[in-house]
Amino acid sequence: MNRRQLLASVAALTTISLSVPAWAQNEPLKVGFIYVGPVGDGGWTYQHDQGRQAIEAEFGDRVETTFIESVPEGADAERAITQLALAGNKLIFTTSFGFMDATINVAQKFPDVKFEHATGYKRADNVATYDARFYEGRAVMGTIAGHMTESNKIGYIGSFPIPEVIQGINSSYIHAKKVNPDVEIRVVWAYSWFDPAKEADAAAALIAEGVDVILQHTDSTAPLAKAQEAGAIGFGQASDMSNFAPNPRVSSIIDNWAPYYLDRVGAVLDGTWESKATWAGIGDGEVEIGEITDAVPAEVKEAALALKDQIGSGEYHPFTGPLNKADGSEWLAEGQVATDEELSGMNFFVEGITAQIPE
Amino acid sequence: MIDLTTLIPALLVAATPILFAALGELIVEKSGVLNLGVEGMMITGALAGFAAAVATGSPMMGFVAAALAGAAIAMLFALLTQYLLANQVASGLALTLFGLGLAALFGKPYEGIKAPAMTSGPLGLNWMIWVGIAMVPVIWWFLNRTRGGLILRGVGENHDAAHGLGHPVRRVRIAAIGFGGAMAGMGGAFISIAIVLQWTEGMTAGAGWIALAIVVFSNWTAPGVLAGACLFGGVTALQLRLQAAGVAVPVQLLSMAPYLATIAVLVLISARQKFSRRAGTGAPGSLGQNFHALR
Repeated sequence: MNRRQLLASVAALTTISLSVPAWAQNEPLKVGFIYVGPVGDGGWTYQHDQGRQAIEAEFGDRVETTFIESVPEGADAERAITQLALAGNKLIFTTSFGFMDATINVAQKFPDVKFEHATGYKRADNVATYDARFYEGRAVMGTIAGHMTESNKIGYIGSFPIPEVIQGINSSYIHAKKVNPDVEIRVVWAYSWFDPAKEADAAAALIAEGVDVILQHTDSTAPLAKAQEAGAIGFGQASDMSNFAPNPRVSSIIDNWAPYYLDRVGAVLDGTWESKATWAGIGDGEVEIGEITDAVPAEVKEAALALKDQIGSGEYHPFTGPLNKADGSEWLAEGQVATDEELSGMNFFVEGITAQIPE
Repeated sequence: MIDLTTLIPALLVAATPILFAALGELIVEKSGVLNLGVEGMMITGALAGFAAAVATGSPMMGFVAAALAGAAIAMLFALLTQYLLANQVASGLALTLFGLGLAALFGKPYEGIKAPAMTSGPLGLNWMIWVGIAMVPVIWWFLNRTRGGLILRGVGENHDAAHGLGHPVRRVRIAAIGFGGAMAGMGGAFISIAIVLQWTEGMTAGAGWIALAIVVFSNWTAPGVLAGACLFGGVTALQLRLQAAGVAVPVQLLSMAPYLATIAVLVLISARQKFSRRAGTGAPGSLGQNFHALR
């Protein structure tokens, strides 16, 4: 639905609700979504839209969903969110970090509308936040990477040096190192979530440095295409990217928002919704591991799945001491587990990573 | 540390899409038209080229289709600005938005498909890189050594005078816009067919805007466009390789470099203008102004 249609429906709805007031009483719960990218990106926004479709499938006539796609993170976001609120949506999901302030601003003007902001940290009585523990999935990817590398060099394409991405690099490295003490990690920052040409070149640069396993925290499939050319392996990001299976894509980390979305819509329907912060992972089904292909030896696959189960059951935390920071100072003592506060503000690499975090 | 034999090809690969688009825009601007729709024409070419390459199995057919598609969408801009006398800046921006949306719509069935592989030409470089480099002297020669080039520049410098001399201002400009569209389309197709080997929505990721900046950087000359494209491409390739090699350089500083260079070049040009009456900027006198013969 584009904005013009939305405006038209606002006008139509206003007319209807003015002329037939009783009709509004039995209206379905209207749920709106704001997406930062196109639904067809095959990654981040695609997965959020899968969650939206799950809501429609689960609640049927009791809900009505709307989305606005490709909303830039800026002044326009506030207008788009306001439009959704004016259109009668009682629950609005804003699905990118950059929508944080816009969401809070609009929420103040619409106290009886409930808002859910993905990956942010600012909350209000009618604004909840939610995020996924991607680093849990990265631990599994790291295990596979450590086993699979023959040059003992793995590469990582980062988007922006923010805590979420740094957690992923650390988690991948720690678990690759556990199974392969000789492993080294090379990091390239793309400074973009989505720039296929640049991501492809970043992969080529890593391959030129002798890397034979590429991990990525950017959204396009271009690094996989480069890996395929060079005979290296890689992983699907955000979405399964199974078009590249069985080689070079040997597994993937998938964001599955459906369980959370169903839970929250259900809470609004039965009146139990309240503002809170949610950070769910493998155990809650929010982070999934895509099928590990036969390009990976059976025992490696087994080790990876065992780690996944341990993390999922809460038996093991990917950030468990002893761990030191890259500058050599002690971070976690033997058996100590990182707190959520430490993780959500993570701004350092662990010992053994020689790359620098850009300031 | 950084292997030149891999850096230079990477530089050329990164430079080629913007080189094509910027050479096309150079001709457009020399005719006195400012077309800000480069990004939209590139993404249209990226999709059309990819679709044709997949359908025929021939990357070369892809580039032909991309050139046709880029020129076709540019004709929309020509209609708006040359016949309906619409504002060029607004029409160009609209063309970009239109192209991005159109390509996204028709690109749906092509998501997740792989392009046919391209055979490489001399020195292991893609043929289209050589085509792009060869276009530089051709365009220089056309602009400075041919009658057609002289007319094109005349139309761009002062459309009223050119009209008075009997030159068909509108026809020259439409031809230039079509050529610019074809070049931008091929630049876009280079991204989808030769670099990424796939179609994804929004894959040109701002290359068209960089091409527009390069035309200014070049002071409206073909060799300058080549230098600008290599500078932008080189910095991109170099900064990624420095990072991969684990060298601690402030990435932001490198990313700024081409823009700082553009500012420096513009300062130099204006300084030269101030001190020497003879030398001017290469910016055409009628750039961005609509022409109407019956005025």
